[in-house]
Amino acid sequence: MLKPALIEEFRKIAGASNVMDSEADRHCYAYDAAVLQPVVPALVVRPETTEVLGRVARLCGDNGLPLTVRGSGTNLSGGTIPDPRDGIVVLTNALNRIIEINEADMYAVVEPGVVTARFAAEVERRGLFYPPDPASLSVSTLGGNVAENAGGLRGLKYGVTKNYVMGVNFFDTTGEKIVSGGRTVKCVTGLNLSALMVGSEGTLGVFSEIILKLVPPPAANQAMMVLFDDTAKASRAVADIIANRIVPCTLEFLDNFTIRTVEDYAKAGLPVDARALLLIEVDGHPAQVADEAVQVETICKKSGATGVKLARGVEERDKVWAARRAALSALARLRPTTVLEDATVPRSRFPAMIRAVEDIAAKYDLLIGSFGHAGDGNLHPTILTDRRDEKEYARVEAAVDEIFEVALSLGGTLSGEHGIGLAKSKWMEKETSRGTILYSRRLKKALDPKNILNPGKIIGRE
Amino acid sequence: MADLRDLQRLLLDIDDQLAACMRCGMCQAVCPIYAETGREPLVARGKIALLEHLGHDLLRDVEGVKDRLETCLLCGACAANCPSGVKVLDIFIKARAAINTFKGLSPIQKLIFRGMLVHPDRFNALASLGARFQDLFVKPASGVLGSSCSRISLEALGGRHFPALAKRPLHADVPRLDTPAGAAGLRVAFFPGCLVDKLFPRVGHAVIKVLRHHGVGVFLPDHQACCGIPALSSGDLKSFNDLLDQNLARFGRGEFDYLVTPCATCTATIKKFWPVFADSADAGRRAAAAEIAAKTLDINVFLTDILNVRPQEGLSGERRKVTVHDPCHLKRSFGIAAQPRRVARLNPEVQLVEMTDADVCCGCGGSFTLLHYDIAAKLGRHKRDHIVATGADTVATGCPACMLQITDMLSRSGDRVAVRHPVEIYAEALG
Repeated sequence: MLKPALIEEFRKIAGASNVMDSEADRHCYAYDAAVLQPVVPALVVRPETTEVLGRVARLCGDNGLPLTVRGSGTNLSGGTIPDPRDGIVVLTNALNRIIEINEADMYAVVEPGVVTARFAAEVERRGLFYPPDPASLSVSTLGGNVAENAGGLRGLKYGVTKNYVMGVNFFDTTGEKIVSGGRTVKCVTGLNLSALMVGSEGTLGVFSEIILKLVPPPAANQAMMVLFDDTAKASRAVADIIANRIVPCTLEFLDNFTIRTVEDYAKAGLPVDARALLLIEVDGHPAQVADEAVQVETICKKSGATGVKLARGVEERDKVWAARRAALSALARLRPTTVLEDATVPRSRFPAMIRAVEDIAAKYDLLIGSFGHAGDGNLHPTILTDRRDEKEYARVEAAVDEIFEVALSLGGTLSGEHGIGLAKSKWMEKETSRGTILYSRRLKKALDPKNILNPGKIIGRE
Repeated sequence: MADLRDLQRLLLDIDDQLAACMRCGMCQAVCPIYAETGREPLVARGKIALLEHLGHDLLRDVEGVKDRLETCLLCGACAANCPSGVKVLDIFIKARAAINTFKGLSPIQKLIFRGMLVHPDRFNALASLGARFQDLFVKPASGVLGSSCSRISLEALGGRHFPALAKRPLHADVPRLDTPAGAAGLRVAFFPGCLVDKLFPRVGHAVIKVLRHHGVGVFLPDHQACCGIPALSSGDLKSFNDLLDQNLARFGRGEFDYLVTPCATCTATIKKFWPVFADSADAGRRAAAAEIAAKTLDINVFLTDILNVRPQEGLSGERRKVTVHDPCHLKRSFGIAAQPRRVARLNPEVQLVEMTDADVCCGCGGSFTLLHYDIAAKLGRHKRDHIVATGADTVATGCPACMLQITDMLSRSGDRVAVRHPVEIYAEALG
């Protein structure tokens, strides 16, 4: 329980209407999109200016209160679940100003609470392009994207959020403002602190301003849907496309279970007997796009594709991507609980990973649909279950453990884009080393001596 | 009932529906109240979490949950955008009913629902009494809009501008109709709804005129009761079923191909809620409700999709600029957007101009505007700005509740933009 006088101090700093202490309000900031137990915070604060944000960070620091910054609470690893010991949730959604979009120098400066889709649309209006497109972009915030190093469908060609962060300004727990990076293409001034902030999940600082790189948009694109009667052939096609020095902007995979579920749900005319589907888009200069589309088609056929459909016009292109977008929705409707995993392997091991997930589904008697970013080796095995069924959920947890085990044995990683948070911290050492954990903890201790910046995330507790 | 465990048991009955929410938070993208406030307790994900926590005894502040649950327009944008298909409106109405059973209706709700609404004759008599004496208390505010405002400062009115109660409600001029199918070979039952009957009888007259013009037989039974949405959204299932029974009795006697209504909210209530919330104790009642629900159509949809009345393609009038607001209960509930526009364009003078965010809620939300006028007015002002920005002289919308809210917003800003139902615009062209 927080002392009333302390709550009053938060009110003085942030304004009474921006401090929520009632039981009902606090219960609404106890969870995010990860399937984990909710933890109710002691207080929720919503700063309306970055200056107030800094003072809130300092007040938490002075009083040793654990602080968890929250954008839209969409992350899938528990990164925004607050600390059980008088945790304070700090909302960024009132810090939603796009401060600058510089067309000449192709960068933008934003506050952390700007919603990704709103930003991307504004950038597009100026004739520029911000490529990172996590599935939650219609609600996710840029601050959250940077803190989680969010990925998306365009990762293969355009990279992920970290490839677009030019600078991050942030507060430490004394309320001191740290400035890192800048507005120039080249900048080697000081330690590369912005890189340290990317993917730090709120454990090292409280972001106040982010500088993002923008790029010119591609002039043309070509989407296509490719059918396979064998998952291995689909994977070979992926490898062959890359080996031929073609980098599609998007190269997505749907397994048979997902195809059938999407078709049941959306009636999009998908081939339900296909074992695997690749959804591919190449983009760039029109001549290059036309050339690459033909090459991709040839390569896919050579790899044993049973059908290649090129999208003609915007409508057909939308149809291709509607099938991909419907994947999670369609799967999520089958059972009450959806556990969306994120294990990622080197591209060449993708078929082995898919086979392993199929075996795991059979072994633990679970419904698992797999889809994901084949070009990135980033599979999303999606376990459909009911968290209220304890016996079944125990099998889910065992299956998740095994998925990680397999991913690591294939030279992969625990998380391609969803983050470690609370959900996967116990696995960190297995992928890295004891030394890595200790080094990270020493780093955290030096920067956050009271351990109040989103404690417990990524590196667990000592 | 005052035992919290009883309420928890009621909430556990909808636990399967609650569990379907995977907390993805996509509802934040479309909730008009969230856009205005940025508060998780006011978006569907937050409310569902509250109900789950209450049902599972993690939280005991029933009043706090009730308050947040009722800060909702029931616009259905969240449900329409939900990746896992959570039946948000069903959940919210069931939860409101459960909390209501636990806490009891407020005296004012009891008076309105059980003392007036379920007695259509009493409701009519009170409304006509009000119409006779309202001039003592209200004065005209805008000639174009036909709105009024209070002569004296009344806190309860919050400075609203509202259409006055009609001098002659629809039922006074047209108590009943029973005409055979004409050239169209179809006969429809006509459900005007309370707001059309008492505030916008001109919409009801327009509907009758248009149906006659197309040779459609009309069955309009007398003593129609309210569709039940005010009672239902306040969790008063008893009054809702009382009203449902009266309507089933009125309409059950007639032979008709479709039931049409010019009120988007009535359409949504009849089609979506009558079959679900009809007391299942009587299987016959539920079946009768489902049968009428299946026949029910929005008037715009009936004209364009059933009668196939089409505006002349390529022809756009120039004398009258009309912009269309999409009621949540047409667009979010049924994906209906093209039909009201087509109906407005049946008037050859009309040129359509689209406004920004035409399908974002106007902020009315039925009784929401009474309980949360501050948020309702903020949403309404955005709508007003978008309407005025088009330069249209008329805004058309297929829901009298939206008409009420938009009239208030335009009148308060002194805008000279008329508010019409699409069918009215068409009827005007029929001479």
